Amino acid sequence: MGGVVMMKNIFIPLTSGIIFGIGLVIAGMTNPAKVMGFLNVFGNWDPSLMFVMGGAIIVSMPAFLFIGKKMSAPLFNKEEGFSQQLKKNIDSPLVLGSAMFGIGWALVGFCPGPAIAALTQVDGNVFMFFIAMSIGMLLKKII
Amino acid sequence: MNIVNFTPMESLLGGLIIGLAVAILYLMRGNYTGISGIYFNVISVNKSGFLWRFLFITGLIIGPVILSFFSFTDLGFEMPNTNPIIVILGGLLVGYGTQLGSGCTSGHGVCGIGRLSIRSIVGTCVFVGAGVVTVFITRSLGWVVL
Repeated sequence: MGGVVMMKNIFIPLTSGIIFGIGLVIAGMTNPAKVMGFLNVFGNWDPSLMFVMGGAIIVSMPAFLFIGKKMSAPLFNKEEGFSQQLKKNIDSPLVLGSAMFGIGWALVGFCPGPAIAALTQVDGNVFMFFIAMSIGMLLKKII
Repeated sequence: MNIVNFTPMESLLGGLIIGLAVAILYLMRGNYTGISGIYFNVISVNKSGFLWRFLFITGLIIGPVILSFFSFTDLGFEMPNTNPIIVILGGLLVGYGTQLGSGCTSGHGVCGIGRLSIRSIVGTCVFVGAGVVTVFITRSLGWVVL
């Protein structure tokens, strides 16, 4: 593997994942009680998650809308370029799928990223959720 | 409405760090940090682009381990609902729903909104809205105490 390929396929994804995982823990996203507290708008509300999303968007938005637009290709991925494979339309799978996701998220307090990062808690309930989530994803491929 | 357990500084800092991870993957490799999509491609053993996705997911686990070596007080870990039926049902809904809706909190909520995608803004409003209604119902039924 050459240097650029090593950067592209090993160092960058690994570094991004590590930083993302650290951010999830510091933000409190790996604590289901905190996530459910955010969704408890009509009760004892914890608005912290808005700050997580806001903070992430403050940094990522300039990368998407300004810096990325000025670059002809990503630094270490000239051949594939910036990812373009994105749907734009609002359809029923989007609404139905997001509603199902929101219900599951609120039942337990985990979305996919934090469920993976929280495996480090070595907790049977986290593991059970993680396995069910994985099965749910693969079911979509079959059904 | 009562405001409780509010941690704006920690959550903002965590959010900024997450944004940094998103910017690194996009500007250096060109990919969106949609975790449900990345993880699905790993477990469905999609041969093209398996290695980078696998390493990103591995990083999500290494990050918290690295953090645990520092004397840092995190915001705790507590699962308000550990009923196995609810945990499994929730996992199935999160897994199936994120694939059907093609995104989760990171893909729609951070990357999509960051790109000002109307589709992702709609998706985020739907899953947050569904979550708020669900917590209201489960709390009313006494399934969970928050």
